[in-house]
Amino acid sequence: MQEFLQQVISGIASGGIYASLALALVLIYNAMGLVNFAQGEMAMLATFFAFTLIGKGLNYWIVLPLALAVAFVGGVVVQRIIIRPVERAPVLALVIVTLGLSSLIDGIAGFIYGYVPRSFPSPFSASTVNIFGAFASYQDLGVIGVSAIVLVLMYILLQRTTVGLAMRAAAHHPGPSRLLGIRVSWMLALGWGLASAVGAVSGIMVAPLLLLQPTMMQTVIIYAFAAAVLGGIESPLGAVVGGLIVGVVVNLAGAYLPGVGGDLQLAVAFAIIIAALVVKPTGLFGRSVARRA
Amino acid sequence: MKSLRELSPRYVLLVVAAIFFIGLPTQVTSFQSFEWAEVLIFAIAIMGLNLLVGYSGQLSLGHGALMAIGAYTTAILVHRYNINYLETIPIAGLLTGLVGFLLGIPALRLSPLYLALATFALAVVTPSLIKRPENLTLGVHGILLLPPEPPDWASSLFGAVTGTPGLTSEQWLYYLCLALAGVLFWVAWNIVGRRPGRALKAIRDGETAAAAFGVNVAGYKTIAFGLSAFYAGIAGSLYGIATGYVHPDTFPLTLSLQLLVGAVIGGLGSIVGPLFGGLFTFWLPLVSGQYVSSQSWIPDQVSSVFADAGPAVTYGALLILIMIFAPNGVVGLILSAYYRLRSRLRGAGERTTGQMPPDPQTV
Repeated sequence: MQEFLQQVISGIASGGIYASLALALVLIYNAMGLVNFAQGEMAMLATFFAFTLIGKGLNYWIVLPLALAVAFVGGVVVQRIIIRPVERAPVLALVIVTLGLSSLIDGIAGFIYGYVPRSFPSPFSASTVNIFGAFASYQDLGVIGVSAIVLVLMYILLQRTTVGLAMRAAAHHPGPSRLLGIRVSWMLALGWGLASAVGAVSGIMVAPLLLLQPTMMQTVIIYAFAAAVLGGIESPLGAVVGGLIVGVVVNLAGAYLPGVGGDLQLAVAFAIIIAALVVKPTGLFGRSVARRA
Repeated sequence: MKSLRELSPRYVLLVVAAIFFIGLPTQVTSFQSFEWAEVLIFAIAIMGLNLLVGYSGQLSLGHGALMAIGAYTTAILVHRYNINYLETIPIAGLLTGLVGFLLGIPALRLSPLYLALATFALAVVTPSLIKRPENLTLGVHGILLLPPEPPDWASSLFGAVTGTPGLTSEQWLYYLCLALAGVLFWVAWNIVGRRPGRALKAIRDGETAAAAFGVNVAGYKTIAFGLSAFYAGIAGSLYGIATGYVHPDTFPLTLSLQLLVGAVIGGLGSIVGPLFGGLFTFWLPLVSGQYVSSQSWIPDQVSSVFADAGPAVTYGALLILIMIFAPNGVVGLILSAYYRLRSRLRGAGERTTGQMPPDPQTV
């Protein structure tokens, strides 16, 4: 029981990481009906930026907001320069562009930083604390705390501020929003920036666990996909819940199912995607919508 | 003579291409034939992807993984069960097609994004999955295959025509790939031009409208993905036979991405596009790698980093630039240049006589 509880706690910690990245995917999906395959790579680049600053001797807690700010600006720039020219193209063309973007960022990071895995510092100690008889590491608890703060901040921003309202309006009803004086195109850019920042949180949180390298997020993005599909790809709440479920399920499967460990945990995520599509294709929190031509 | 002059240029091109491809091994070295065989293999896989992406508007990021299934089917059948490699090719195609069909049933129910997601996950998971059943796939050791022996009739025929001692293994491989590529391209051409092709294009351009006109949307999409996987399986099987060595890491996610780049560069929704795509997919990494390492002014560290990072940057930049500036790829560029030239030569007067406009943006 004690071991089970420990597995659940560390599953929730990974789940928080997946939830952040899944939330980034959902933000962009809501804004333009598109899955951003470059989300993980954008987060990876922001993490490398944080790595450089920490290497210069800056304090972790100064670097974190700085890196998120840079990720935000990077997201806006990407939307302005690369996405906007194809904004009106069919979804498939957009998806191919984001794939190209992910490959491009991957290569750029390889050029600058090389492909040698580096260890990324964590502000949390690896020592453990006793909660209800289970030993949870400060590392896990810290990740859970940071993820929770970010997710709550996102919720407040989207649901409780005028900018959030304008963003949601621009995403769902671009035409009427424009008539009301909302600058729809800039709202999209803002969405990309926010998504990039939220995704960067997942990159910076996961880097101490995985070792930092250009391909680091390739596995994390699969878990985030699973989380987004499970939660319903248009629901922010679904992304969070889906992320937590995926984190816990994958962790438990790795611990208790024979033969499932290491790289085969990815297969669990794949199974979750397929199962979600078979059983409830709209996801846990998604609504089925009528389609119009 | 008049009838010859009125022949559509596409038939002239077809004959020229046929002469070029059939005659190629007599003019180049055996090793170059082998390289061209790989070009054709990529072209087959890209044709499969093109049927899916270009004609039915679905996106697969897992065709590299599907090629792995085809390659391993052939490798296991040859290695463990001593089945003739020629007989394993259709088996590999059918099995891979079945996998695609089954994967398509859940993944195609909603928007094309879900198929992209599911196949992306498949591409990432496949190398790990292949390593597990070790007694079947030999795990991380991979499976070695013997190079294919040319059959006597082909060898003596080739010898009689060209006056050489006969076919080498590489030349035989080339002709095998050429024959299969020819058949598969012909099949694709026929599908696209007939009822199923029209149905697929209708789905691509407006799913709801297609459904309203009585097209079985889910059925066609699933069959399209199954067919596309069939092509990938054949290509994978040939790839295994050609390289003689099948290993889980031969089929990484980047292979799937490479195929997509090939399809996009060649031209989505075009029958010759995949051929151009195969050329690019095969030669681009080789040529760019050789070029950079042969330049003495580039420091060694930079060129060694380029060997790792260069292809990713090139592929990424190409995908973005082509989607923004030339969404119909090389074929689209050639066609629009051709139509512009022809309308200029003939003058404006003739333009109204029911000419087909160049393909609209397809994806």
